[in-house]
Amino acid sequence: MRFLLLFSRQGKLRLQKWFTPIPEREKKKITRDMTTMVLARKPRSCNFLHWKDLKIVYKRYASLYFCCGLDAEENELLALEMLHRYVELLDKYFGNVCELDIIFNFEKAYFILDEFLLGGEVQETSKLVVARSVEASDMLQETERLMEIILLFPLFFSCYHGGIHEQACILTLGEMDLHTHQKDSGQYRSGGLTTVQNDGVVSCRMRVCF
Amino acid sequence: MPAVSKGDGMRGLAVFISDIRNCKSKEAEIKRINKELANIRSKFKGDKALDGYSKKKYVCKLLFIFLLGHDIDFGHMEAVNLLSSNKYTEKQIGYLFISVLVNSNSELIRLINNAIKNDLSSRNPTFMCLALHCIANVGSREMAEAFAGEIPRILVAGDTMDSVKQSAALCLLRLYKASPDLVLMGEWTSRVVHLLNDQHMGVVTAAISLITCLSSKNPDEFKTCVSLAVSRLSRIVSSASTDLQDYTYYFVPAPWLSCKLLRLLQCYPPPEDGAVKGRLVECLETILNKAQEPPKSKKVQHSNAKNAILFEAISLIIHYDSEPNLLVRACNQLGQFLQHRETNLRYLALESMCTLASSEFSHEAVKTHIETVINALKTERDVSVRQRAADLLYAMCDRSNAKQIVAEMLSYLETADYSIREEMVLKVAILAEKYAVDYSWYVDTILNLIRIAGDYVSEEVWYRVIQIVINRDDVQGYAAKTVFEALQAPACHENMVKVGGYILGEFGNLIAGDPRSSPLVQFNLLHSKFHLCSVPTRALLLSAYIKFINLFPETKATIQEVLRSDSQIRNSDVELQQRAVEYLKLSSIASTDVLATVLEEMPPFPERESSILAKLKKKKGPGAVSVELEDGKERGELNGGGDRGGPNSMFTLSLSLSIFLFVFQSTPSPSADLLGLRSAAPVSGAAPSAGSLLVDVFSEAGPAASSAGVNDDGFLSSAPPSAASEDPAPPLPESDELLNKFVCKNNGVLFENQLLQIGIKSEYRQNLGRMYLFYGNKTSVQFVSFSTTVSCPGELQSHILQLLFTKTVEPLVEGGAQVQQVINIECLTDFIDAPLLNIKFRYGGALQNISLKLPVTINKFFQPTEMAAADFFQRWKQLSQPQQEAQKIFKASHGMDTEVLKAKLLGLGTALLENVDPNPENYVCAGVIQTKAQQVGCLLRLEPNAQAQMYRLTLRSSKDTVSQRVCDLLAEQF
Repeated sequence: MRFLLLFSRQGKLRLQKWFTPIPEREKKKITRDMTTMVLARKPRSCNFLHWKDLKIVYKRYASLYFCCGLDAEENELLALEMLHRYVELLDKYFGNVCELDIIFNFEKAYFILDEFLLGGEVQETSKLVVARSVEASDMLQETERLMEIILLFPLFFSCYHGGIHEQACILTLGEMDLHTHQKDSGQYRSGGLTTVQNDGVVSCRMRVCF
Repeated sequence: MPAVSKGDGMRGLAVFISDIRNCKSKEAEIKRINKELANIRSKFKGDKALDGYSKKKYVCKLLFIFLLGHDIDFGHMEAVNLLSSNKYTEKQIGYLFISVLVNSNSELIRLINNAIKNDLSSRNPTFMCLALHCIANVGSREMAEAFAGEIPRILVAGDTMDSVKQSAALCLLRLYKASPDLVLMGEWTSRVVHLLNDQHMGVVTAAISLITCLSSKNPDEFKTCVSLAVSRLSRIVSSASTDLQDYTYYFVPAPWLSCKLLRLLQCYPPPEDGAVKGRLVECLETILNKAQEPPKSKKVQHSNAKNAILFEAISLIIHYDSEPNLLVRACNQLGQFLQHRETNLRYLALESMCTLASSEFSHEAVKTHIETVINALKTERDVSVRQRAADLLYAMCDRSNAKQIVAEMLSYLETADYSIREEMVLKVAILAEKYAVDYSWYVDTILNLIRIAGDYVSEEVWYRVIQIVINRDDVQGYAAKTVFEALQAPACHENMVKVGGYILGEFGNLIAGDPRSSPLVQFNLLHSKFHLCSVPTRALLLSAYIKFINLFPETKATIQEVLRSDSQIRNSDVELQQRAVEYLKLSSIASTDVLATVLEEMPPFPERESSILAKLKKKKGPGAVSVELEDGKERGELNGGGDRGGPNSMFTLSLSLSIFLFVFQSTPSPSADLLGLRSAAPVSGAAPSAGSLLVDVFSEAGPAASSAGVNDDGFLSSAPPSAASEDPAPPLPESDELLNKFVCKNNGVLFENQLLQIGIKSEYRQNLGRMYLFYGNKTSVQFVSFSTTVSCPGELQSHILQLLFTKTVEPLVEGGAQVQQVINIECLTDFIDAPLLNIKFRYGGALQNISLKLPVTINKFFQPTEMAAADFFQRWKQLSQPQQEAQKIFKASHGMDTEVLKAKLLGLGTALLENVDPNPENYVCAGVIQTKAQQVGCLLRLEPNAQAQMYRLTLRSSKDTVSQRVCDLLAEQF
């Protein structure tokens, strides 16, 4: 696979991944060609195109087009399923994924892609394995965050700790951001508390009013 | 709700993104971005050290801004700092930023590589994977230099985690693709191959991509993978849909791995081991059988995955091209897909059948589907499917169905999509020419083509029909009649007028007997179109008119009237005016004899590759290939090349003389001195008895000495001994310049002074060439003792170029006369110096002695090679040793017009590759220099810099002398 592009029906690029070195100018040109070409296709056309010496495979999922460029010897149908598997992975991670998820969590979309495809080749086709490794890295970052919070707000944390759960408590969401933004403008204050239970691990999301 | 939080809580980022989304206009967005950039810049520059979290957030914002399409010129350092954070999220964002925004700032690369090195040796699998992903995403040469040694070790180490192995395999693949010279597998080969046996399916899936790529480059070293791949494939194919757990995709066991295994096997010929082969054939049969089973799921994913394997298996069957049974089954399967309700499958079936059509076993089977394919061309709703159908029709066309296919394509053209019309026109024109049994059909087809899709008929197409009509006298009368009828149409395309003008001007006399197409009627018909045409067509028509005056003296008055009219003779267009004036004058002062000579029927065109085919090749790389190959075989008989001899007869001539070449090749060693050469020379003295003269010298001395050496041997000189008493003059000082004129062209005036003009016309094919020399006596006095010799100045190495006059020239050249001489040329190995041509004659008693360099340069033996970008770069990289490259940077001495540059590069003999160089301003070319001893692949890149009016020219070839020579030659051209 040479590249993978995600763009909206309006032609806005949402994700771009290039698996071979291409100068920026050329990337922009390819992106432009792909969006105009693919968006002009009638519904229920076939999912394959020839473009220069590449095979283009695209598929539309809701408002988003997934489009990739293949070398001549690559298998179009398999690429189509590659796109589908990526959508499934995103879906599993975000839960009913939509375009907004990818806009706001673009870095996650890239991380998931890296677990699935590397250098344009499939690295891992098992949905479970990919999902597990993405989750594992999420857990890793949550743990880090918890440690940080405990260090920063020892008193605050200790007073809430007993009250929530006995198991590992993981504080997430933008406390740190709140912390800084409060200084910036003083207007980001919200409250709320969510707990999510899964696989015996409880993570708590706290939104705290200062 | 997912198990873990979505973002990692970079609230500021989310706010920024929604701000951007809320921007009403592009300006507002830019304003918001600039504000943010200023903020981030001040944060990064601020005195206060930022904590890791803030740094991460800002780096992430910068990344977002970059991905929106804005330039980012700072933040790289902060991203690099994040790499060495021990917090996973910070590291991860840092790596992402580097992957997306890598630049080859050497200072940073060093820091990045350092951070990667630390993570690779951290033994923390998560960190190792991050580092490997980064290497794979960037894949730069610097990274290959730093890590190409380390990664294979990680890949095969026993204690490496599976996930790390997977990343390492693909990472290595990426480095290998980018810098194959740096990735040395050697000692790891067998352990890498054995990854095919790994327990973990994910590891096999990743490793096989690497193995496939390595195998395709070094098939011998990796050939043990064949039996491993077959047994792995057989295990998967025979497994139940639940055996492989999560590697089963919608009830299809491991589709990715299966396809890749089948792809790997396509790097090799069919297995020799009977047992392995049997097992593989069994697998392929099982896959074909499964296609007939009812689907296990209605989901499209199921059928896609299943069919992906099926198509890959069919590719393998086609690749082997040795199992007629399987080929026919494959063809039948594709035949079923041709009528499948899934558009995708119809598309792929048409595409696969194109390759199947070129196999002798299945060509007939493919042909049985002709009706379905024609139907697809007519009824498919999707233009890309129709295009595949047209491609397949083109591929399945042969003598038996050509008329039907061409007729269908023609009728489709009337409604075809604009995007594919031009290509369709070219294809129809090629098929019509290639399979023409009677040329009247060919003429009909092309005229129809012009009638239906005149706008899309490129010049090549109508040039070609004229070439063929002129070369084949059996079709000329018919062509004249048909074109005359076609011109009767009230609205006819300008291209039709061009063809009509040309053909009636040449062959109008053949139909003039019929009163309905009497000369005057013909003329009036043509002239009725005149005012509707563009200037070039009008110019062509004027030439047709003057030809009419010669053909039909009775039209003279009428035509002169036309030429004399103000609209012609005072036309504001210089070309038209000039033609009108000159033709008018010519027709009024020249005698009929002179007219008849000047306006004689055009001589036949030299046989050459169809200009249309060349155009199609240029237009379309891969699709045209299969037919081209075939075309090579058939062209001879098609264009009537057979009866006219043409290039072929030249080859046989050279062949019959190859015995003499033998003598030269067996000459002991390059160190042979001049005397040694002499002793070899008498053997070639047998040449005159064969009716030819053999002139070949590879002396070790400089040009002057060598040509002297040639000349005083009577049998080597084509001149009568009396004239050869003087040594040939040293080459004219300007002969280098003259030589440069001919690097990119084959025909023209080589030399001219007050007495003599020498024109040359030359043609080359592979390592052979033929050069026509025309010596024109410009004076009114005869030249006596006219003689010519050619010689090759030697070099220290024994570069050999074989030059051979087919006959000697007559010693007398009458005043005003032109004599012709032909040299056959064979290139035995690459060479640098051009051969010398010496002409001696007496003009009014004074001896004239002229030596010139014959424009035979190494690039004449180029065969153009079309290749895709990937191939080009791969070959380019393979030729990376310093001595294989020659480079010159020089000032432009002519304008930098694109078309002129292109023409020159094409004239060089290489193929000009479009869309290969990432920078469209640059030109890249590829060609193979054909010498008898070897073929030298040669890649070229020309980078013009319009501002500086400079060029950089880089040549790479497998032979250093060739790179240097071609570079030197070409550098003089711009």
